Amino acid sequence: MTHIITARGLTKTFRVKKAVVDAVTDLDLDVQRGELVAFLGPNGAGKSTSLRMLTTLLPPTSGTATVAGHDIATDPAGVRARIGYIGQGTSAGHNQRVRDELLSQGAFYGMSRTDAAARADELLESLDLGALATRKVLGLSGGQKRRLDIALGLIHSPELLFLDEPSTGLDPQSRANLWQHLLELRREHGTTIFVTTHFLEEADQFAERVLVMDHGRMIADDTAANLKTTLAGDVITLGFASEADARAAASRIPTSSTTGSTVTATVDRGDLLLPRLIRELDSVTSATLRQPTLDDVFLALTGRSLRETEGAHA
Amino acid sequence: MTMTTATWNVLTRELRPVLRDPFSLIFSLLQPLVFLGLFGPLLVASSPAPASQTLQSFVPGILVMIALFGTGTTGSNLLYEMQTGSHERTLVAPIPRSSLLVGRALKEMVPIMVQACVMALVTIPFGFSVNPIGLLLGLVLLAIFGLGFGALSYSLALASRNNDWMFWGIQQATLFPLMILSGMLLPLDNAPQWMQVAAAFNPISYVVSAERSLLAGDLASMATVGGFVAAAVLAAIGLGVGIRAMKKAA
Repeated sequence: MTHIITARGLTKTFRVKKAVVDAVTDLDLDVQRGELVAFLGPNGAGKSTSLRMLTTLLPPTSGTATVAGHDIATDPAGVRARIGYIGQGTSAGHNQRVRDELLSQGAFYGMSRTDAAARADELLESLDLGALATRKVLGLSGGQKRRLDIALGLIHSPELLFLDEPSTGLDPQSRANLWQHLLELRREHGTTIFVTTHFLEEADQFAERVLVMDHGRMIADDTAANLKTTLAGDVITLGFASEADARAAASRIPTSSTTGSTVTATVDRGDLLLPRLIRELDSVTSATLRQPTLDDVFLALTGRSLRETEGAHA
Repeated sequence: MTMTTATWNVLTRELRPVLRDPFSLIFSLLQPLVFLGLFGPLLVASSPAPASQTLQSFVPGILVMIALFGTGTTGSNLLYEMQTGSHERTLVAPIPRSSLLVGRALKEMVPIMVQACVMALVTIPFGFSVNPIGLLLGLVLLAIFGLGFGALSYSLALASRNNDWMFWGIQQATLFPLMILSGMLLPLDNAPQWMQVAAAFNPISYVVSAERSLLAGDLASMATVGGFVAAAVLAAIGLGVGIRAMKKAA
């Protein structure tokens, strides 16, 4: 079996003040060993709830899932021993020292003292935390705490790593740094990485597979490139000297629309089409090509922009 | 992983900050020292009995106070770890949930032992006489009591994880009545009838009486037995409630 995560009909409903809230509805999911999957969606879409079910933190209301070869409901201990989980908060205790916390974490995962110590030093080195080994967690910066979270999640070299919004609260440089570590981990050890994020750019740039979630349901599952091609498409905008020229040109481009002396068309492979159009239509005075982002995908799927949704939450 | 190994690992993690910063133990003796230094003289002055006799009843009370206040607030550490996310991390680790509670509660014994020892030694020059075996047994009694009361504090933290004001509210509302109604500072011999009845239902009263009896060298008294029974019952209830709360809280 090459699937490291299989979920069928995973559902979670909460009761909040007598009202039933459907946090996650009927999640079906198959993740291959070694994949890097991003769960994209606005806050409150059900990403974290899904992750908490898959990591045995939250029992599902209904549905089943097998994670790293073990059933989340009947063998949570088997799942826990094989996965790494990096939550939204700070994993290390505030009054602990950096290296101490790694040693404790190693012991929790059944490692011997010497193994835990060797692994702790290795992780401190590779995550640039070596100089902070005897520092108290309370005094670390946000980026340092996040790197320690990663180190804690990796102490037992899990085959599958879950990360819940790992970039939240990080400055752009720390964020890039974090992703560099994750990609390295994957390259060197083939670790399967499952990450939730509401950062479009992050999902777009790093994940080979993007799952889009909204209102507790998974509404898309494909590579970022395919999602953009099938759901959004490239937008070509051409300007003309007169309205007549514009209309004449529009009649030659299928699925285009004319506003004044401007023609807009949503097409596949606009990068190839645009030069041809400019050659063929000598009346063109201006031309732009806008390639879609995952936000356009989200807009096409839900009618809302992910950025607007974020703004409404902020 | 076996429950014993896991509990040991949790206990070790909890003790690390204490070992790294042993001075913190001495620093938290400030409150009992204030009582000893500012309340003790008043007590001595207002009593016709000689100072040494007053100390003989007052110091054991202060030792129980150390255990009461030290473990009564310890749930706040767990509360904080639940808010920051480090408790969640331990919930995903392959260790039994119950070990997370028992390991933490066991850790409470260590600071109590150290602090009570320091306190007893500090008061000897002022005329407090202590039976060494009694002190040893007294420390064991305090440790059992601290284990139970600490477990209850952790249970309260787990119950109030979504409303941290509740933790502090209940903690403040119970610690002082428990302290006063145990005869810890002022003996309840002359207290009104209803206070004496309330004290009879307060397990800490028995721990205080036993502690006084033990430190005075009266090792096999009924008070001693009563104190150990009260502490053991409290520990059993504390661990039972705490383990349930820890398993329920995900």
